[in-house]
Amino acid sequence: MTRSTPLNAAHRKLGGRMVDFAGWDMPVQYVGVLQEHELVRTSVGLFDVSHMGEIEFKGPGALEEANRLITNDLSKAVDGQALYAGLLNEKGTFVDDVVAYRFSPEHIFICVNASNADKDFAWMHENAKKVKPVNRSNDYAQIAVQGPRGFALVQKLCGKSLEGVGTYRFTTGEVAGIPCIISRTGYTGEDGFELYCPPDKAEALWYALLEAGKDVGAAPAGLGARDSLRTEMKYALYGNDIDDAHTPLEAGLGWIVKLDKPDFIGKSVLVAQKAAGVPRKLVGFELTQPGIPRSHYPILKDGEKVGEVTSGTMGPSIKKAVGIGYVPTALSAEGSTFDVEIRGRPVAARVVKTPFYKKA
Amino acid sequence: MSNYPTDLKYTKDHEWAKKAGSNVVVGVTFHAQDALGAVVYVELPKVGTVVKAHASFGVIESTKAVSELFAPISGKVVKVNDSVTANPGAVNDDPYAAWLIEVEPSAAAEFDALLDHPTYVKSLEAAH
Repeated sequence: MTRSTPLNAAHRKLGGRMVDFAGWDMPVQYVGVLQEHELVRTSVGLFDVSHMGEIEFKGPGALEEANRLITNDLSKAVDGQALYAGLLNEKGTFVDDVVAYRFSPEHIFICVNASNADKDFAWMHENAKKVKPVNRSNDYAQIAVQGPRGFALVQKLCGKSLEGVGTYRFTTGEVAGIPCIISRTGYTGEDGFELYCPPDKAEALWYALLEAGKDVGAAPAGLGARDSLRTEMKYALYGNDIDDAHTPLEAGLGWIVKLDKPDFIGKSVLVAQKAAGVPRKLVGFELTQPGIPRSHYPILKDGEKVGEVTSGTMGPSIKKAVGIGYVPTALSAEGSTFDVEIRGRPVAARVVKTPFYKKA
Repeated sequence: MSNYPTDLKYTKDHEWAKKAGSNVVVGVTFHAQDALGAVVYVELPKVGTVVKAHASFGVIESTKAVSELFAPISGKVVKVNDSVTANPGAVNDDPYAAWLIEVEPSAAAEFDALLDHPTYVKSLEAAH
């Protein structure tokens, strides 16, 4: 059965082209992927991300419990800070990638991928010892307000100053009179907020943001632009770039793995892998011949398959065909060359620095 | 349905075809580009390539999707619109100005067998 977010009617009313995404009826675009991508890079766009899941740990020992399940270290964070982290299995590979919010040592709130929400909750529940998680996914809608004008737009509707809410910090407060978790996070490489609000208030918040952002051309953006924006940043997408066949070290996400933490699920595997060296790495590359790399295209070296593309697109801001994929470590350094097999033909590619997109 | 010129022939794969002297010019329809979204890459055959009716002659890619181009008729490619490969977005701007290839037909009857305007438009309505 296809599920719909509280903003479904708004998407249809605003001309959203609806598609099935991980079992959710979501807008892939409204006017066009390129226009929406550009809007987020230059002004501000609104994304409905209410399909994302939310899981909460509350009570004495909540921090310790959550911290044992994720790779990043909540004990080193401050209250009001969010951390990007891996949720791993015993093999050290991804169950999911998550953002963990530290309200206090007794209140941890974790945002998870829509496609993984049920699996993540079952995994956390099974592995939590004292403090059991609560699945809050049905209690929150989420709107991402992204773009260089995102901060000002949310501030305009919020009574309290958000100046002190830095990147990957959050607060709570009313936006357009609606109680929200106001988080300075996103998945586009632009400034802005992600607003978690009660589902029955989501539509009011959505229209209030559109109205307040009229003067700067604020408009809804779909999953298509969300994907091209995140690909230009080389932000990983679960199911494409990271999955239960790869570790965070292989994915180039060593910075979210704190091996000096007492323990977390998957740690021993990562300690061993770090000592031995990773066999393969997730790299960003650009094609140096015409074509567009797509997920699952083979990566070839001297005609032999050595890896696979996990994401790829024609980057609207960078105007280049770029991709992400796993290659043997020997081919992972910047400037390394290999071929991407596109419809049976090798097309030359070169490993480049990421993010692909850098602000001018 | 002004998005579908009445003087063109169409295919169920959403290509259009138009006579140019004894040759036939080929492109994709408004519906094709609309369904694809922003076209960002077009791959066309070289002049001299022999194409076959209903067989793939190239590829058109949008930000999200890869789609094959199917020849409405058989014949030899005599012209290729390089300006579209250089500027793929032209297909979205005007799919009828952004022709893709011109073919010298090898079987004239194939052109007459293509869908006429009312039949194509009706097929689009039926699909909705």
